[in-house]
Amino acid sequence: MNTIAEIGLLAEHYDIAVVGAGPAGLAAAARAAELGLSVLLADESPAPGGQIYRAITTTPVADRAVLGEDYWKGGALVARLERTEAAYAPGCTVWSVAPDEAGGFELGLSLNGKARLIAAAQIILATGAQERPFPIPGWTLPGVMTAGAAQIALKSSGLVPSGRTVIAGCGPLLYLLAGQLAAAGANIVAVLDTTPRRNWLAAIAAFPDFLRSPYLAKGLRLMTQARRKLPFRTGVTALAAEGADKVTAVKAQRGGASETIACETLLLHHGVIPGINLSNAAGCAQEFDPEQHCWTPEVDDWFASSIPGIAIAGDGAGIGGAESAALRGEMAALDAARRLGRFSEAERDRRAAPIRGALARSLRGRRFLDLLYRPAETFLAPPADETIVCRCEEITAGQIRDTASRLGVTGPNQMKAFLRCGMGPCQGRLCGPTVVELIAQAHGVSPAEVGYSRLRPPVKPITLAELAALPPTDAAVKAVVR
Amino acid sequence: MFRPIAETRPGPSLGFTFDGRAMTARAGDTVAAALLANGVAACRQTPVSGAARGPYCMMGVCFECLVVIDGIGNRQGCLVPLREGMRIETQAGRRQPDEVRS
Amino acid sequence: MSGERRSADVIVIGGGIHGCSTALHCAMRGMSVILIEKDHAGRHASGVNAGGVRQLARHVAEIPLSNASMALWHRIEDLVDDDCGFTSDGQVLVAEDEEDLGNCRARVAELTLRGFHHEELIDAAELRRLVPAVSDSCPGGVVSRRDGAAIPLRATQAFKRKAAELGAEIREGVRVTSVSRDGTNWRVGTDEGNFLSPRIVNAAGAWADRIAADLGEPVPLEVIAPMLMITAAMPAFIRPVVILRKRKLSFKQFRNGTVLIGGGYLGRAIRDENRTVLDWAKLATNAGTVWDLFPIMRAAPVVRAWAGIEARMPDDLPVFGRSAKHEGVYHQFGFSAHGFQLGPGAGAVMAEIIATGSSNVPIDGLGIARFAQPAACQRIASTTGEDR
Repeated sequence: MNTIAEIGLLAEHYDIAVVGAGPAGLAAAARAAELGLSVLLADESPAPGGQIYRAITTTPVADRAVLGEDYWKGGALVARLERTEAAYAPGCTVWSVAPDEAGGFELGLSLNGKARLIAAAQIILATGAQERPFPIPGWTLPGVMTAGAAQIALKSSGLVPSGRTVIAGCGPLLYLLAGQLAAAGANIVAVLDTTPRRNWLAAIAAFPDFLRSPYLAKGLRLMTQARRKLPFRTGVTALAAEGADKVTAVKAQRGGASETIACETLLLHHGVIPGINLSNAAGCAQEFDPEQHCWTPEVDDWFASSIPGIAIAGDGAGIGGAESAALRGEMAALDAARRLGRFSEAERDRRAAPIRGALARSLRGRRFLDLLYRPAETFLAPPADETIVCRCEEITAGQIRDTASRLGVTGPNQMKAFLRCGMGPCQGRLCGPTVVELIAQAHGVSPAEVGYSRLRPPVKPITLAELAALPPTDAAVKAVVR
Repeated sequence: MFRPIAETRPGPSLGFTFDGRAMTARAGDTVAAALLANGVAACRQTPVSGAARGPYCMMGVCFECLVVIDGIGNRQGCLVPLREGMRIETQAGRRQPDEVRS
Repeated sequence: MSGERRSADVIVIGGGIHGCSTALHCAMRGMSVILIEKDHAGRHASGVNAGGVRQLARHVAEIPLSNASMALWHRIEDLVDDDCGFTSDGQVLVAEDEEDLGNCRARVAELTLRGFHHEELIDAAELRRLVPAVSDSCPGGVVSRRDGAAIPLRATQAFKRKAAELGAEIREGVRVTSVSRDGTNWRVGTDEGNFLSPRIVNAAGAWADRIAADLGEPVPLEVIAPMLMITAAMPAFIRPVVILRKRKLSFKQFRNGTVLIGGGYLGRAIRDENRTVLDWAKLATNAGTVWDLFPIMRAAPVVRAWAGIEARMPDDLPVFGRSAKHEGVYHQFGFSAHGFQLGPGAGAVMAEIIATGSSNVPIDGLGIARFAQPAACQRIASTTGEDR
């Protein structure tokens, strides 16, 4: 592996550019490099692993039991990449992917405050997942964070919340985190479980499949451990964070009763959704997945998107978890190699056969979890008018509802022109799904009918100076000479 | 806000300042993690209402941990590794013309 | 609206600001109107342009239309019940050197001779009063003080809403597939059936050449994708919109602090997929111009860049007025990336022409007849096309 520390050290052209060094990206880059292709793996983090294997090579956590055995599996993925010739660029942001006129792609990247355009014949986006927005009154107060944020602090820095900590929401990652934080000695004063009771009705049909899945033993163990040790409150139907300039308490509604719990840290989690900003901005088609209740790029059996030459591997193309992400990365790399003429379709299929089997096994039981832990409507489309939905532009649920109904605004792209929601630096990552949900509710239609925003590059801001200093590419130089 | 767990691998620590206050954190921390470990909950004020905000996602998605680092604003604290001697400052609403000129 | 109406006094094809404005003004004159739009109102050029409301530096052939429009912009809320985000802080053309300033002087003198007084030559002191952050090397420029900017999609939708309120039937998501004669009517074929009317207005923007071709009036329309970018909120430092003459730049700070940067650098339009592809090397040149002119902007984060799909004519002037071949056919397209300001006025003038047969606002030089010579037409057509 060749670690790239300066943007000038990047080649002008790669056979394959992989974006994101989580399990999908690591596996895709390793497989492609093993096939003799020139590979760039660009990743925004300072160290490989993505979020699930965050800081796997650098974590200061010494007691392996704190993070659990599944975490340490990530080490093998990094070790495999290290044995290849792939170029790995940490701390490198890919802010644009666009088709060029030669049938390949132009990537815009930034590293250490310098930007550059390079070319790649094939693209594998492995941008992973982000936590689903969890808009409740007060969720913008300092001290309110995502559960994933606390997990990242633990993995990469060996930090836990120092004071009274409340965890709220639902989903497997929430119980995992609660267990990890408890094992690390955090003072968890309450776990407020929002799993809607009626979800069991929908999920029960998928239960037999779940019984045969790898999730079962793991899930049950997590749940029983967490329940035994931690102060669980189930059936929570509404939440609000309270405090003036930082969170000091959380108010929880359960049935008819409400309870206020003092805390210094409130950790929120309602499952994860695909990170779609780069694929959407690149022009890849996407659809609404009603079971996972999120926007997902359209991909085929090889994780190829609607744009030939761009594949989307891992949770960025639908949530499947770490194990399936790595397998999906392998498949995408095999198909990219086939597109580049390394081998025939038959050879690709032969090599992929065992991976495909493992992939099917790794996804078994997923549907049960998706249905069981689907957040209640009231957390998807916040009923309290004063709840901030767009954190960047400070736009409330009430403003969005009013604009949708009074001005007849039918989509998030139009909503931007009226309220600017989604136009701040986060580019709608923290408000997009909620804005769609509120518009859908106002017009009595489904999120699928409302549609999602057209996202625009740069998907992460670059400074004007960086852009102005972009070095001319080979192609641009040739265009001038011609 | 946050504190180190009991059992961590020993490592060097780095000195930095936040709004002029001297602080230390573990080498390998990001700027946002270093602030959390030093009890800093809020690191910016929004450009719209001036409300205080602090790190929310720690993975580069939310842009709540924007800070000024060594005079350069709008840096995502959760993505920048801490370096010895860094001068970190609260990002106050819209940046001022003098800062921008740098 | 019932959505059942199949015929009307006027059918407008295209829901950009021009189509919506014409629909509104026809409805105000008591005509029944159906507006047919393939996406939603303001989906393309009218919704994603820079929002400049500019008389400054316009071609003289457009100035009367532009004047009529500016009067409407200054009472836009009375017209459409929405302020459209319109602000009037002037537009300034910055001269980058003495030679540039000389050209400005000549232009203002020429306009004065023709009786137009909206452009005013300014010296270095006035330039720095209006645009304090401009680079010290600029010797002066031209200001058009009543100019300003608005929020494009919001304005376009306001025209649509007001037209609908006055009885116009707005059919969004309906694609026109053919236009043909049917007795005394025009039959407009769509993917949702036929519509009939004695009068049709072709306001189909980047798709207007297809309608015109159906009518036997082919035009050398080029599909372009002008690019824009916007920064995060910056401290307030400039009120007027700034443009340049020698280099391409349009520069505008909104009240919320964000700064819009454009100037007409083109990306790639993929018209049939409603898609555009940005050209970052050109955006880098655009950013370089700002870097030179406004040192204050160098650390500003660029948060989004995009391109709209627009129609450009070979002479950069719109096609506006009656058909050269058919009774009851009117054209209103090809505004060549500067049609937003003209929208309100052009709609009023078009409605007047439809209702009364003429208008006092001169539109000489804008008719479709100027493209009627087949040879010239073919030559230009062969050098255009969206796939470049």
